Amino acid sequence: MFLKKYLSDIFSAVASLLKGMRMTGYYFTHRKEIITQNYPDNPELMKLPERFRGEVVMPHDENNEHACTGCTACELACPNATIKIITKFDISPDGKKKKALDTFIYHLELCTMCNLCVVACPTDAIKMAQNFEHSVFDRSKLTKKLNAPGSKIREGIE
Amino acid sequence: MLKILNTNHSQLTTHMFEEVATTTEGDLVINVGPQHPSTHGVLHLLITLSGETIKNVEPHLGYIHRSIEKMCESLSYRQFIYVTSRMDYLSSHINNHGCALCVEKGLQIEITPRARVIRVLMDELTRLASHQLWWGAMAMDVGALTPFFHAFREREAINDIMEETCGARLTMNYIVPGGVMFDLHPNFQNRVKEFIRFFKTKIDEYDDLVTGNIIFQSRMKRVGYLSKEDAISYGCTGPTARASGVSCDIRKLYPYEVYGNLKFDEIIETGGDCFSRYLVRMQEMRQSLSIIEQLIDNIPDGEFQTKTKAVLKLPKGEFYSRVETARGEFGVYIISEGGTTPYRIKFRSPGFSNLSALNHMAKGHKIGDLVAIMGTLDLVIPDIDR
Repeated sequence: MFLKKYLSDIFSAVASLLKGMRMTGYYFTHRKEIITQNYPDNPELMKLPERFRGEVVMPHDENNEHACTGCTACELACPNATIKIITKFDISPDGKKKKALDTFIYHLELCTMCNLCVVACPTDAIKMAQNFEHSVFDRSKLTKKLNAPGSKIREGIE
Repeated sequence: MLKILNTNHSQLTTHMFEEVATTTEGDLVINVGPQHPSTHGVLHLLITLSGETIKNVEPHLGYIHRSIEKMCESLSYRQFIYVTSRMDYLSSHINNHGCALCVEKGLQIEITPRARVIRVLMDELTRLASHQLWWGAMAMDVGALTPFFHAFREREAINDIMEETCGARLTMNYIVPGGVMFDLHPNFQNRVKEFIRFFKTKIDEYDDLVTGNIIFQSRMKRVGYLSKEDAISYGCTGPTARASGVSCDIRKLYPYEVYGNLKFDEIIETGGDCFSRYLVRMQEMRQSLSIIEQLIDNIPDGEFQTKTKAVLKLPKGEFYSRVETARGEFGVYIISEGGTTPYRIKFRSPGFSNLSALNHMAKGHKIGDLVAIMGTLDLVIPDIDR
């Protein structure tokens, strides 16, 4: 009786190992099951979904105009003080003073990509871009100015 | 020798050397971690050994303390949710869910049926991804490297779904007070169905590869026993406690969102050893799959977010809500003074209580078994040490 159990234990143990080895053998002989791949050096191959959060950008149209009013809603929504907005006063042709964006400073090194600034923006002036390769040699390059030089606010956005 | 060291070192090292002094002659005190692959993070274990047998294990925390609770006191109720993704980063979505539930309890807002279902779907996908990673990492701990790659292959599919809908792979700040941040991506349903079909064949491979393996079973069975009474008294929750026969699934006991209407089993094993904890998690994966299957075709139409005020202010009082993460009960306790920021936030993280039972489980086992015990506890150090 003891010998019978002893032998059956050995048999079932070997069977369990062979069962696992069958799996290993299957993957060893089926090349199409290989899923590892090289880092995509060609950015064309790297298709990231539209919603992927890589960095905050401010889209400008062909007339070098953006939609930011300088309302600082994004600055208040940001949990890490990533955004700093400097405003100025534009004087319109009829002599009225109007608050406008001077510089939109974005600290990429502080950003956690939480998307709260984009959600908070009332005019959809900023959005998340898909670029994720952020490494640079100098830390100061991570502090970015998002509004292009000479840009102004698009007509009709309040 | 000890006296000289005592006088020259800081208080922490003095404490450690005192411990060395209390051990009997012939005992060996070794440090595992803070940088050790099998601790899955910066956990420092001070182990007293007699030969190869463990006499005492003392976890030392504090290497990844970021004072998250204090940090939350200066953040608004919308902002503090993203921080909790950085605690238990493997079930970050469920942490966010717990926080949002607590804020909604304070604001007394009802969220839409669509948002409820989306949240639960994402929770279960996160739980699956977390258990998959645990399975791979634990098998790697006990010496099998291949399962790690198998687990990451399936986890990648979930991460891709998350990336498409939430916009991030690991720390998706997708849940906001009042609903979810975006609507589901149009591809979501198809991709999840495709994933379910794919994963149902793969989960059987998991069993073939590891569960039945005789070497694995002899590493796991009768190792790290935790009785039902001890599991309760140490405050263990989640799969760790359920493997000891404690019924503690928050989804069943205190249903939140749509869990009350769903058909799923609370997995309870009575073995209390490492293999039971393994089996509980493996069966939970199948339960999560069945929950996703029940919901994926029945996502109600409507708004994904209820309108909330621009600045959220909780009324004066104390609010507590809890959710079941992949590791156990995660609780959020907010004390509000009526302002825009919380007066005090306390997080009850499952990993901390589960870790406290480690010494009890590991005593008397060999040092090689400690790695297996830690593997089945599913420790995530940033969750333990916030």
